[in-house]
Formats: sequence, C-alpha cells, structure tokens
Amino acid sequence: MKKDYSIWTLLSQGLKNHVGWQPTWRSSALKDSYDVVIIGAGGHGLATAYYLAREHGVKNIAVLEKGFLGGGNTARNTTIVRSNYLWDEAAMLYEHSLKLWESLTEDINYNVMFSQRGVFNLGHTLQDMRDIERRVNANNLNGIDALALNAQEVKDRIPMINISKNTRFPIMGASYQPRAGVARHDAVAWGFARAASQYGVDIIENCEVQGMDIANGQMQGLQTSKGYIKTARVGCVTAGHSSVIAKMAGIKMPIESHPLQAFVSESLKPILDTVVMSNAVHGYVSQSDKGELVIGAGIDHYTSYTQRGSPHIIEHTAAAIIELFPMFSRVRMNRQWGGIVDTTPDACPIISKTKVKGLYFNCGWGTGGFKATPGSGNVFAHTIAHDAPHPLNAAFSLDRFHTGHLIDEHGAAGVAH
Amino acid sequence: MSRINKPRIKHKHSRVNLSKPLNFTFDGKPYIGYQGDTLASALLANGIKVMARSFKYGRPRGIVGSWAEEPNCLVQIDMGAKTTPDLKATQVELYEGLVAGRTSGWPSLAFDLKSIGGHFSRFMPAGFYYKTFKWPAKFWPLYEHVIRKAAGYGASPIEADVETYDHKHHHTDVLVVGGGAAGLLAAQLSGQCGASVILLDDQSEMGGYLLSTPNTTIGGKNALEWRDSVITELQSLPNVQILTRTTAFGLHDMNMIQAVELLQDHLPHHQRNAIQRRERLHRIRANKVVLATGAFERPLVFGNNDVPGVMTVSALATYFNRYGVACGKHTLILTSNDSAYQAVADLAAGGVKVTLADVRDNINAEWDAHFKQLGIDVFTGFGISEVLGSNSVTGARLSKLHPTNPMENFEKDLLRRRVVNVRDISCDVIASSGGLSPTVHLFCHDGGRPTWSDESLAFVVSANGRANAGIYCVGAVTGEFQLQKGLEKTVQTTQEMLASLGKSATNTMALNTNEIAPNPTKAIFHIATSKKAFVDFQNDVAVTDIQLAVRENFKSIEHIKRYTALGFGTDQGKLSNVNGFAIAAEALGKTIPEVGTTTYRPAYTPVSFGALAGAHVAETFEPRRYTAMQASHEQFGAEYETVGNWMRPWYFPQNGEDMQAAVNRECLAARNGVAIMDASTLGKIDIQGKDVREFLNRVYSNSWSQLASGKCRYGLMLNEAGMVMDDGVTACITDTHFLMTTTTGGAANVLNWLEKWHQTEWTELEVYMTSVTDHWATASLVGPKSREVLAKLCSDIDLNKDAFKFMEWRDGTVAGVPARVFRISFSGELAYEINVDASYGNYVWQALMAAGKAFDITPYGTETMHVLRAEKGFIIVGQETDGSVTPLDLDMAWAVSLKKPFSFIGKRSLARSDTVRTDRKQLVGLLTEDPTIVLKEGAQIINSSNISPPVAMFGHVTSSYYSAFLGRSIALALVTDGFKRRENVESIFAYAEGKAIKAKIVSSVFVDAEGARHHG
Amino acid sequence: MFVITCPHCCEAREEEEFHYEGEAFIARPVDPEAESDEAWGDYLFTKKNPKGWHWEMWNHATGCRKILVLKRNTANHIIAGSWTLSDARKEYDNERATA
Repeated sequence: MKKDYSIWTLLSQGLKNHVGWQPTWRSSALKDSYDVVIIGAGGHGLATAYYLAREHGVKNIAVLEKGFLGGGNTARNTTIVRSNYLWDEAAMLYEHSLKLWESLTEDINYNVMFSQRGVFNLGHTLQDMRDIERRVNANNLNGIDALALNAQEVKDRIPMINISKNTRFPIMGASYQPRAGVARHDAVAWGFARAASQYGVDIIENCEVQGMDIANGQMQGLQTSKGYIKTARVGCVTAGHSSVIAKMAGIKMPIESHPLQAFVSESLKPILDTVVMSNAVHGYVSQSDKGELVIGAGIDHYTSYTQRGSPHIIEHTAAAIIELFPMFSRVRMNRQWGGIVDTTPDACPIISKTKVKGLYFNCGWGTGGFKATPGSGNVFAHTIAHDAPHPLNAAFSLDRFHTGHLIDEHGAAGVAH
Repeated sequence: MSRINKPRIKHKHSRVNLSKPLNFTFDGKPYIGYQGDTLASALLANGIKVMARSFKYGRPRGIVGSWAEEPNCLVQIDMGAKTTPDLKATQVELYEGLVAGRTSGWPSLAFDLKSIGGHFSRFMPAGFYYKTFKWPAKFWPLYEHVIRKAAGYGASPIEADVETYDHKHHHTDVLVVGGGAAGLLAAQLSGQCGASVILLDDQSEMGGYLLSTPNTTIGGKNALEWRDSVITELQSLPNVQILTRTTAFGLHDMNMIQAVELLQDHLPHHQRNAIQRRERLHRIRANKVVLATGAFERPLVFGNNDVPGVMTVSALATYFNRYGVACGKHTLILTSNDSAYQAVADLAAGGVKVTLADVRDNINAEWDAHFKQLGIDVFTGFGISEVLGSNSVTGARLSKLHPTNPMENFEKDLLRRRVVNVRDISCDVIASSGGLSPTVHLFCHDGGRPTWSDESLAFVVSANGRANAGIYCVGAVTGEFQLQKGLEKTVQTTQEMLASLGKSATNTMALNTNEIAPNPTKAIFHIATSKKAFVDFQNDVAVTDIQLAVRENFKSIEHIKRYTALGFGTDQGKLSNVNGFAIAAEALGKTIPEVGTTTYRPAYTPVSFGALAGAHVAETFEPRRYTAMQASHEQFGAEYETVGNWMRPWYFPQNGEDMQAAVNRECLAARNGVAIMDASTLGKIDIQGKDVREFLNRVYSNSWSQLASGKCRYGLMLNEAGMVMDDGVTACITDTHFLMTTTTGGAANVLNWLEKWHQTEWTELEVYMTSVTDHWATASLVGPKSREVLAKLCSDIDLNKDAFKFMEWRDGTVAGVPARVFRISFSGELAYEINVDASYGNYVWQALMAAGKAFDITPYGTETMHVLRAEKGFIIVGQETDGSVTPLDLDMAWAVSLKKPFSFIGKRSLARSDTVRTDRKQLVGLLTEDPTIVLKEGAQIINSSNISPPVAMFGHVTSSYYSAFLGRSIALALVTDGFKRRENVESIFAYAEGKAIKAKIVSSVFVDAEGARHHG
Repeated sequence: MFVITCPHCCEAREEEEFHYEGEAFIARPVDPEAESDEAWGDYLFTKKNPKGWHWEMWNHATGCRKILVLKRNTANHIIAGSWTLSDARKEYDNERATA
C-alpha cells in the first residue's frame, strides 16, 4: 500500500495547487464475477474488504453500496469508541477493535483522528454502582483498562459536572475507561475505502442489491441494479437494512430496526474534553474537534427505516444533558438527525455463517457499531475467508438464539453507545 | 456623487426610532444604537467593518446578511449565568445596556494569530488534516489540543442557567409559517372564513421582505401600509393567533411543528420579568400547514469575496430601508437578476453613489432609463474577478465575462488587446445577488424533497404537491419570485387548502404591484478568479476546495459536503449550499438537479437546549414519589435511596451514626426485638375475575391451584426466555380475587406484561387488573416482639401463632383503621405487613411507633432490609438476577411447577440446550476467610489469587454485607457450577479494587435455615 | 411523532400516550413443549421487521390501557389505520388472502 499521505506530500501538492492528488478510492466498473462480494460500503463493510485483501490474500473483491459509501450509520453516529463491556465475549471483541483503532491511522495512512480522551459511564443508583463495580472488575481481569470512580473523583476529572446530591439523578460515581474516546467518523469510511482500493478492491457506489441467486443451499450470485454478479461468497454488512437483505435469502432475523437520534450544538470553545454517558437520564455527550457538543439519545421504541424519529426523544435528551450539565441550557442545538439501528434481543451483534453456504451476516450492532468498525471487519474477513468464525466472533453466531446462549449486554449497553 | 457622509441616515420608512438611543458595547468598546436596531445594524451604523475572524485562515470578516443567513458575525451576548454563545449579530435585537463580545480573533479582532497560518492557506485545503498530523503517532493528542483550541466560536456558560423555559401545545386548523406578504395574505384568507389560525414569524414584527422594500406597492398602497392593513384585520379576528419572534424550526410527522418563541431576550435586563419564561417551545399540531417561508438571496462567488464590506443586495437594502443605515458611500452592486434593481434604485434615490454591474448583456429598458435618470453607472456583461482591499473593501476589479461560458473569465484573453474589458472601480461596499434560494427546510424535514427549477434557477417546492399531507406552500418558497404573481397564487393555494377543510374564502384585496416585469436570471454562480473565492464563509470553504474534493473522487454531494464542511456551520449553508451544489455540478460535469441537495434537517435555526427541555429540568426533570409515611421518615432523619421513581428510606442514622452503625443497630432490632419498615412502594395489582387462578398459573412459574382464601404465596415470574423478571407475594382474597405484589421498580412493567398477555393471547380468561400501589400504605412490623406490638393496636384478629399462621392474611382493624394484615416475612423473622388505606398510612405508622415504644421499636430502611434478606438467602430481582438467570440457577426449583397443565410463560425456554446445562452460574453463599472483610458487591469470582490478566472469571458477588447478627460478613454470588462446588465447600477468590480475597462457597442461607424464626 | 387514533377510545391522541408493543400476530405456539429449540427460538426472537407496511401493536398506556393494532409504513411513517386486535386480525387475514 502506498503511504503517500504526509506533511511532505501536502506541502509539495500545495505548491502545485493540489492538482496532483489521486482519487481517494478508485471508481470501478462492475465485473461479471467476484471471489467475494461485500454488500454495504459502510465502515464495517469496507474494513471487511480491506482485511480480506490484506490479511487473507483474497484478490477479487467487490463492495457494493446502494447509496454513497459511508453514508449510513457510519455517517450518523456519535463516534464513541470504548471496550468496557461486561461479558467476556463482548469485551474481547471490542477490545480487539480498540487495539486496532490505536494503530489505525498509521495502518491505513489516513488520519482518523482517534482521540483517546476517555469515557465515563455514570452511575446514579446503588444498583448502577454495583453494576459498574462488576463491569470494571471484569474489565481489569480481561486486561481492559477501567476504573470505578466515586462522585468526587468524577468531578475532579470533569469540573463542569453537577454532582449535587439534590438532583433527581444524583451522580454516585462512574466507570471510566481512559483509552476510550472518539474518532472522525467519515474519515474511517474514506480511509478504509482508500486502503481497500489500493489493495485492488472494487468499490461500486449507487449499486443496489435486488436479489440473491441461491441454488442447493449455496450462494451463486447477486442481482443488482447494475446487473448480475457471479459470486460464491457474500458478506452482508448492511446495518439498518439487515432484515431486508436477509429476506432475499429467505432468512428471518432476530432483529428490529429502530430510529436512533442524535444532535449537535453550535460550535463552542473547548469545554468538555472527555465523553460522558448516562443510562439513567438517557443521554451522552462529548465535544468534537470542531467544537460542537455531540449528543445522543436513546432509541425510538417503534421500528422505522426513515432515518428520523420523534421530537420528544430529542427534547428529553436535551433535558437529560441539562440534568448533568445545567450550564448547557443556553447552548443551542444546531442540527439533529437519525440513523437506523438494527437491534438484537441481547444487544450484541450477529457475526455469523447462515444456513446458506457462502452467505455471511455481520449485523445487529444496535446503537454501538461504530466503535467496533476495525475489529468487526477483521473478524468478519476471517469468517468469510475460512468459512468458519474467528475465535473472537464464534459466540456471536445466529444459533445462540436457538440454544439460548445469549450474551446479554443490556446492562452494559442500554442507551450507552 | 454621494450625499451620504455618515452611515446612519434619516429614512422615512425606517423601523428604527432615532429618538430612542441605546447604549451598548461590542468587544469591550461602547457604542450607541437606536430602538429597532439589530446589533448588526447598530454596528454597521457605527462604521464597524471587521466583526469576526474566519474559522480556518483567520481572515477578517464582516456582515454579509441581515438575518438567519448570516455566516460570519457570531457574537457572545451577555455575561455570567446569562451569557449566550454564537448568536448571529443580525438576529440580536438591540437593547439598552447590551454587552456583546466577539467569538473569534485571538488575541484581537484587529490581529488574529490564525491569520499567520492563513498565509499558508495553500497548504491547508479541504481535508488536509486527514493527510497529516499522523506522525509521530503519539503526537496526535498534542496536535489535537492545538486544533481544538483554534476551533469553536462562542463560549458555553459555566454557570447554571437562571432563566426558565416551557412548552405550549396547540391544535389548529391552519398554521402559517412566515409573516411576509404571502403569509399575511394566507393567514388573512384563512382567518376570514373562521378557521383557527396561527401565524408565526421569526422576526420582531411581521412583514418579511416588505419591511426592506417600502417603495414597492400592493393594490396602490406602499408595502408597509399594505402590511399594516392586513395585520390590523388579523388582530381583529379572535380565531387568529399571531406569534412574533417565533421560529418554526422543525416539521415532523403528521404536521407537528416545533416553534421556539423568544420572550425576553430583546428586553433590557431591568425590564425582564424574573417569573416569565425566557423562551417557549410551541408544539403545534396543524391540520394544514402553509409554508410561507420565503427565500434567501444567494450571493455570487468571486475572488476575495469575503473582504468586510461585501454583502448580499437584500441585506444592503434591508439595512438601508429598514434600519436607516447606508453601509457605504459608494456601493458597487453585482447581479445576475432583476431582483436587485429596486435596491439599486432605492439606494441611489436615497443619496448613495451606486455602480451597477450586471452579468447579463442586456438590461430591461424601463430600468435602464430609470438608472440613467438616477446617474447610475451600468456595466453589462461584467463580473467581479476580485475585490480590492484587505480589512475592508476599497474597490473591485470588474472584468468582462466569457460570452458562452460565464463561469470562465474573458479577462485573460482580452486583457492583452483591449484594456476596456477590465475596470477597477473604487467603492466601499459591494453587494451581489445571484438569485434567490427558497427556504425549503421545513418542507424537507419529514421526508419531502425540493425540485430544481430551471426557470427560477433554484430548488423549489410545489404549492400543493404535498396537499395530501396537509402541507401547502405559498410565495417565494415555491420559486415564484414576483410579488404580484406570488400573491395571486397564494390566493389560489389558500383557497384550495381551505376547501379541503370545507371552507371557502374570497379575496377582496387588490393585489396589483408596481413591479417591472423581470428579464430572466442568468445561470451563473461563480466568476473565475486567481484569488480565493469563498462559497461557505463560516467554514472557509473556497471554490477550489470543492474542486479538489471532486478531483479526489468525492462525487456524491453528501461526500463533498462532509469533505469540505460546506454547509456544516451554524448558518446551515443558507447562503452557501446552492452555490456549492452548482460549483460541484460544474466540477462533476453534471447538471445541478443531477447533483441534488444535501439533506435538510431540524433545526432550521439553532434552538436552545433549555427550550427543548422546557420545564423538564431540575425538580421537574422526572417526578419523585414519596410514600404516605414520608413525614415520619423525614422526622426520623432518613437518608434516601432512589428505587425507580420512589425515594425510599435507605437508613435512619441517629446521633451522628455512620451508615454501618445505623444498619447494625436496625438489623439487631429486627432480629432481637421489633423493627418497622415502610413497604408501601412494592407494586400492588388487584386481580379479579373467575379465571384469576388460571391466569396466575400461566404467568407465574409456581402453582396457584390450591391456594385457599386467606393464604399467601411467593410467586416467581419469568419472561418467555425463561429468565426471572419479577417476584412477589400474592394473596388469595377470595376464589375470584387476588392481590399481587411486585418489586418496587418492576410494578409498571409487570402490569403492562400481564395486560399484554391477557389482551393478546388469553382473551378467553376473565380477569380484571388494576394497579392499587398508591391506594395502600404498608408497614412491615418485624421481629420477635412484633406480635406484642400489633396486639396493642389490633383486637379483632386472633394473632395466636396457630390461629394466624405464616403465609396467611387477615382482615381487621389496626389502630382503629381497617387493615389487611399479611403474615409474611422478607427478613426471616416473625413479621406482619399491615396494609391500610394510604390516607391513614402515616397515622397508623405513628400508632405503631407509639405502641412499639416500650419495645424500643426501630424504623429501618432498604439497606437493613437487604442485609436481613441476604442473611436468609432471599433474592432481590435485579441484584441477584440480570436477565440471564433462571429460577433453577437461583436454587428455586421449588418455585417451578413443571406439572401445571398449561405451559407457563418461560417454561419451554428452561428446556433449551443452554438452559438445561448443569454447570450454569448458580446462586450460592460466600464466607470470607477473614470474617471482618466485607466483599465488594460486583467483585468477580476467580479460582486463584493470581490477578494478572487475562484471568478466567466464574461469576460475581451479587450481594455482600456485614451481618451484625452473625458478627461477620456474608455474601451471595452467582458462581459457575456453584451447586456442585458448594457441596465440596470449595474456596474461590473474589476480585475487586485490585485485590483477590479468599472465600469458601457455602449455602446461601446464613440464618435460621429451618425457618423456626418466621414460623414463631 | 405520530398521532394515533385509539379504536377503543375513538380519539386521536399524541404518540406520547402510547407504548409500542412490537410486531402484531406473533402467536404463541399452542404446545410449546412440542416445539424444537430452533422453532421456539424463532418464536421468541425473530421478527419480520419489514421496510414497508407493518402490522404492529401499541398500548394506549396513559389512556384506556388497551392494545390496538396499527398498520404503519416503516419507510415513510404513513399510518393506514388502527383497529382493535380482533378487527385488525380480520383486516390482516383479508389482506393476506387477497395478496
């Protein structure tokens, strides 16, 4: 891979009016057949293609995208990256991802602005504090950085926060993961697209999958808006539309698609240099490099594919943020938006083979997929390349919904992203 | 020759009251403005040009617009707890004593450190940060720190807001958004035929652009007179509500419009009412919405177009006509359309020297004659290739445009041969007009899309294209930019809208105007230049940035937006977006409609978090619930624990005790004497009907077939996946009447759950459920002496241990109050739960306290309750369980009746391959080797003292306390294969706070395993 | 934010009065013990989750507390109608019969 993005190339292009920059990724024509087709050019899909090409030597790969690449949840999330999950299976998967995040900028020669400014998960009740203690201890024994803090220790690190005992949801403490943080979401998609493209991956935008050609239980090819593609292996990474794509293969998923809303404030001078999340009040907040407060809400309860939710959710979230930070009351919301999150019964993803040979699904990340982007792509690439799961995603198979071996992270995830 | 010698002029139509001067400060310096000014008009009137510095390059910036479209002049208003960041100077109404600060420029507006970096702007194109700041990797936090410091405009307040907000809900037949000419007319027609109407506008007074163009006439009246006549009539109609300073910022499903009204920010501090809200959020459900949201003028893009003094023509006209401010003595106007001409005429007639450059080759003859008469120099076929001046406009270089490709400059070719094709003009203000961009935002918030109109050269919305959703559009937003035609179509559209409400309206007003029929607008968006030409001022996005993005394969307009930050600012691209789309289209070799627009999302203009939250803050964020005995608890010095919405007494410290001391005392009282707890918060559901028994058999895992009247039973409720979801004691009142109790936190969910099963699956069962949690107050009287205490107050129940046995209940009176007394125990002691009408709760509590005084009766809270039940190995749902625990895991097979004929909820799931495993995590007791050590709740179970990761974990401590009764610590834990390990009394280690503590696995029942005490 | 007409109260009310209760007409197997783990797991967890028309239950939680059924389009939030469970079942069966 060419590592041609640097201060030196920037200076030299600056002197040439930047006329020499190459396309970030190639625009490719669709070929008749591919060894592997990935449906969905979001962060996870592009990462999958990148690792398939780089680590598994797969040569002939296409990534199909019905819209523009990185335009789904990759472009709509609040960019939080952390790995302090409760259960071993989830914690190890997210920690694998966090480790990849830590070297991602160098790895793909694209500054994804991964900023390890720490994440606080606040506790407001005695049971919250028990859960925090339990999770922090589990994290420590799994080798994941985590601290359980009391209210004053939270205040010492976040001077703006309201730890008065007289609030409706007094802050009793928090779990804190110092290595967690945020990243520049679009850059992740563009960086993976560029890196995958350099490994020869064809990225086909505005190409919608319309049907699957399956015979004798084996994937044969895909009908798309740009024509038929012959392929024996298809990886579906279509967050927000997983059920729709699965239906083409006659598979009914344990997934419901809900709106998840978020909003940003106007740009402010630096005021908050970490990420604060609270399940009890239903809100979380960080400040972007551009200065906006980035704020997320809980999901809307109904299912929807519209990428918009109901305004009372946003209103409640604003109230929640004021409960934590009363001074933000006069700060103004600049823009709100919604994404579609595919939720599973146990708030854990599905990274799995299916009953169709050569058809693989990576979905159900709910509200927390962004943080897993590199790790998800990495283990999914392994699953496709070997037709067998990577040890880190073996537990995330579809059959757990039959055996009952769920990995219930609701306590750890909730609205917490 | 200019007759203007200072910016503030006397203009007969000005809305500014020159007899009311107002003192204000900006950036630390005092100035004077007048009543009716905005901060922007007052600053311009004071000759201030540079009011901001640009985001990326630190370039000096001035005012470009006159309202919500303003990209540059963001200010910080006020100080302390009332400071507000990022307001647009153009939208801030001036008041006496206003304090405004700059939000950019460090160390000062005159010199910004970033401007040094600005000299290297060629090395900082769109997205440069993705390509650099990567080396060395560990330096990124340092780079980021610098980037963050340079970013951001205003500062957040650091004190809690002292002002308040609320929400108001409306239902109306017709909502008209926008009080310009079209909106006024639509509201008038709607109001006349009796519909309920809300008319709102974001400015301080109705009129929209009419206020900026007083020489336009409608029906023979000048624009302001016409406006006044319509407003007078609207005000006389009781069915019409008019809201000014109210911005509709979001349109949601089924015509729910959120609008925020600014109630006090325009008033000087001494006139603000402390009990009045600062802002009010109106939630308006409108049967029909009429969008009369108008349009913003878009500027043309040319070299150095960000020099202070370059603005839009409409802004220039607004400052001149509405605020009586001449922004300069010599104005150069560049236009691609006729909409600018009225402003040209107004300014020239008002004494400003005006030079007009029109990118088109021909000019309307009528206007041409008029301009000649006014002595205006007119250049046709010319554009501005570059603005001259740095901190303010000193002139402009006009150049002849290419005859076939107007985006290209003719200049270079011709320069060599005919100097006449380049003209340097000296001027102090430049205003441009590239046409109008309709304000289509609200139309698009709930999924609508605008369409490109070649005729209007704009993205427009259809007047009645969304009539089926009840959304109608009138005026400039539809792309009809001529006033008379717009008003005529408004009548038509409004009539159509009213007809759908079954009403009819007839317009009686003359709508003829004095407009001159315009020539077509020329499709030109930017003019070639070798200088930086900005599309989006707030984000420093230049034409070359968009071209670079396209070159780098960012071809979707959403990619271009995201890569360059086009339209990402607090102005949401109101001036820049369409120009950006057009320039992208040119670079992509596509048409503008092929490129399309980015997505319009709320908020149309920024809205405070406070307004969004309304009254749901502080004490009213979420309700607190207190029981009937609250007064007693308060008196007894309770500390509280939040459980669901309830505030429950946690413990009652006496004489400066710490929690452990209080809990020890409370526990010992319960075990050795008598203690009392408020159990009112437990959920209570009254269930009646002939099929209650069968219903309970289905929703609980245990059997209810044999429970006789007068008896109680503990029930365990599973979800359909077989996991424990709730528990509680249910009493049989009669064969067809049961009283169920639930956990405190689970009460609402359980009722929903039961009702759902009843309504969806078992409609044949005759059961009726009512929540009676609030109807009863419950006091638990606990301890060996509890019978004696109760006996003092209750003579009509035989309390003899054989007459009133454990797990029975009786009707009777306690302290003269009718009561249901349950002999049940969550402590393992002899205990009575006394339930009375909640109104008597506190009275009975106090009577029990008085009766128990001789026995030193001790109130206790949830902490002691937890210790007592843990000593008995009783679970708390949500503490011992986490959604992954079955009754068998809890060693509660006795509460699972597999013989019931109906397959109860959750039963089948208990037989899945994972749930039948015998080595699941199972509930056991733990005793530490050192009895003084209390394990941490949430400690992880490990098999050795080795704690260097990774360490395999085998469960966790769910509950852990010091037991004063036992004189040692106890704990409950879920442990992998725990039952087998309990048999062998195996040792484990519990890890928390960096330490592993040894403990042995024992029975989870620590006190009175045989149950002698509670049967006593 | 929806306005939902409660067929029990016969009134149109704000979404905030209602609680979403998920896909309608997922019948509990008559004899759960006869179901395989796979079939039981599908009953417990799988959802149609269509992009388009969706038959779904809502509880008029702060009103009459009765369950109602909406036919709602998840792609654009258009609501085709609301019915009591039994009326909805008839509509649903008719729709499937004619499809």
